[in-house]
Amino acid sequence: MARVKFLCDGDRCIECNACVTACKNENEVPWGINRRRVVTINDGKPGERSISMACMHCTDAPCKAVCPVDCFFTTADGVVLHSKDLCIGCGYCFYACPFGAPQYPRVGNFGSRGKMDKCTYCAGGPEADLTMAEYEKYGANRLAEGKLPLCAEMCSTKALLAGDGEIIAQIYKERVVKRGYGSGAWGWKTAYREGIDV
Amino acid sequence: MTRGGFGRRIAVAAFVALFSVCLAMTLAPRAGWAQQARQGVNPTAQAVKEEQLLKELDRVTGRVSIPDSKAGTLIQPEGREWRAYHERTLHWIGGIAILGMLAVLALFYSVRGKIRIEHGWAGVKIMRFTTFERFVHWLTASSFIVLALSGLNVVFGKVLLLPLVGSDAFAVFSQWAKYAHNYLSFAFAAGIVLTFVIWVTENIPNRTDIAWAKQGGGILGHAHPPAGKFNGGQKLIFWSVVLVGAAIAASGYVLMFPFYGTNIADMQVAQIIHGVLGVLMIAVILAHIYIGTLGMEGAFDAMGTGEVDLNWAKEHHSLWVEEEMSKARAAGGGAAVPAE
Ligand code: HEM
Ligand code: SF4
Ligand code: SF4
Repeated sequence: MARVKFLCDGDRCIECNACVTACKNENEVPWGINRRRVVTINDGKPGERSISMACMHCTDAPCKAVCPVDCFFTTADGVVLHSKDLCIGCGYCFYACPFGAPQYPRVGNFGSRGKMDKCTYCAGGPEADLTMAEYEKYGANRLAEGKLPLCAEMCSTKALLAGDGEIIAQIYKERVVKRGYGSGAWGWKTAYREGIDV
Repeated sequence: MTRGGFGRRIAVAAFVALFSVCLAMTLAPRAGWAQQARQGVNPTAQAVKEEQLLKELDRVTGRVSIPDSKAGTLIQPEGREWRAYHERTLHWIGGIAILGMLAVLALFYSVRGKIRIEHGWAGVKIMRFTTFERFVHWLTASSFIVLALSGLNVVFGKVLLLPLVGSDAFAVFSQWAKYAHNYLSFAFAAGIVLTFVIWVTENIPNRTDIAWAKQGGGILGHAHPPAGKFNGGQKLIFWSVVLVGAAIAASGYVLMFPFYGTNIADMQVAQIIHGVLGVLMIAVILAHIYIGTLGMEGAFDAMGTGEVDLNWAKEHHSLWVEEEMSKARAAGGGAAVPAE
């Protein structure tokens, strides 16, 4: 099986936020929660770059390690998912996540922050594939339909790549060689413990 | 040589010269453009670099268009360090502190046994703690026990309890434990404040404590160094409960109201302070519970009924007994013993 990953090519991202919108719509993400966001570094200055970021589906995921109720699991494709039935809303996964991916319905931690929500790589949750229960809790399961995450599929500049980690790394390498520059695969060293050397 | 040959040579030379000038004129600007192109069009010349940002600032932050300032942190590799703390360091600190304390207490019990009242029960009681004092103690103690167990569940539950009861039952239990931890925090915080108010004057360290400490508090031998209402050891417990308890409560409320004026790094620090002090305080309180119950004959009554045996009081708090006696005499009553 493929090990799926995300890769955002910072030299192509135009900060259009289409990925953010696509994700919100495809997964009916609740108000106040953004599974994907675009962060602009050095905004308005020379060398500005925008990176679209969501859960990176880390290797040896930190969120999974710290969860007090151990509600995370990694699928055969390398997608990191969690069970909203087990989550107690402690907020620990946010402290451990290097990419700020976990989100909560409530701001305060009094009693519970509510069931944590994060990017599922459009792969649903622990419920049976493509059921209503799965859709209501976790959103779409495009992977089960043989499709990739919508954010990457509809990225107009193809800055955001999703799919088999080796293939998207190869696409990125070819781009860098052809155009002669590349600001790197943001977050890869932290998430996957490997960068892309070109 | 003919004139024609000369003329041809001049023509060739002129042609060569002209050609070189033309070549130079066409090539020179090209070279310049090429150089310019490499500088001007290369969009990564000034581009921000992840590695450089991480090296300079430890984390990569930027601007986001959604109204959530936390989302502006793009990458914080510290999350992995916090994970190592929470899953390894804290487990070791907690394990060593708590199991270590239990081992020390067990060893102490096997060597020293229960500290008896040497002169036997006098059968006469003296009032030690009022109802209100006992209420404050048990308010703090009972909430502490629930907070300690529910706190330990967050740290060790998934290792110790989850395999026994299964994911679903453990999640339900943990949710209730979390409610208990969060709601009873107010009882604990109130208990800490009241503890401080009612006992602070009797817990100011003084010379007696130094003498008491020099004799090891009479813990190992059979000496009974003089002590007031609270001896040096009890004062130590008092101050660790008040100070550490306050720090635990403060950091706990930071955790309960996450990102209210704090950022991700502050939250991680508050979490570390809360967890480490929590497990250390549990170890300290284990010693306190031991000496108040198993470890010493007659001690529990002080917080049980509020009245202690006179001989117990004379042995462990001689100065306090004298004080109480003279107070009673001054009050004019013949009875030196306020309570039967
Ligand atoms: C005013 C008092 C307290 C407050 C407001 C408080 C609050 C919290 C909060 C919000 C958490 C995070 C987990 C959760 O959301 O449930 C937590 C964890 C924890 N608390 Fe408390 N707490 C208090 C007192 C105590 C006391 C007295 C102890 C120890 C005896 C304790 C031990 C712990 C431990 C061990 C954890 C887990 C730490 C970790 O996972 O690293 N807490 N507390
Ligand atoms: S990006 Fe965050 S939430 Fe996603 S797998 Fe990594 S640590 Fe977990
Ligand atoms: S918020 Fe939920 S998923 Fe995250 S660590 Fe806590 S229990 Fe686990």
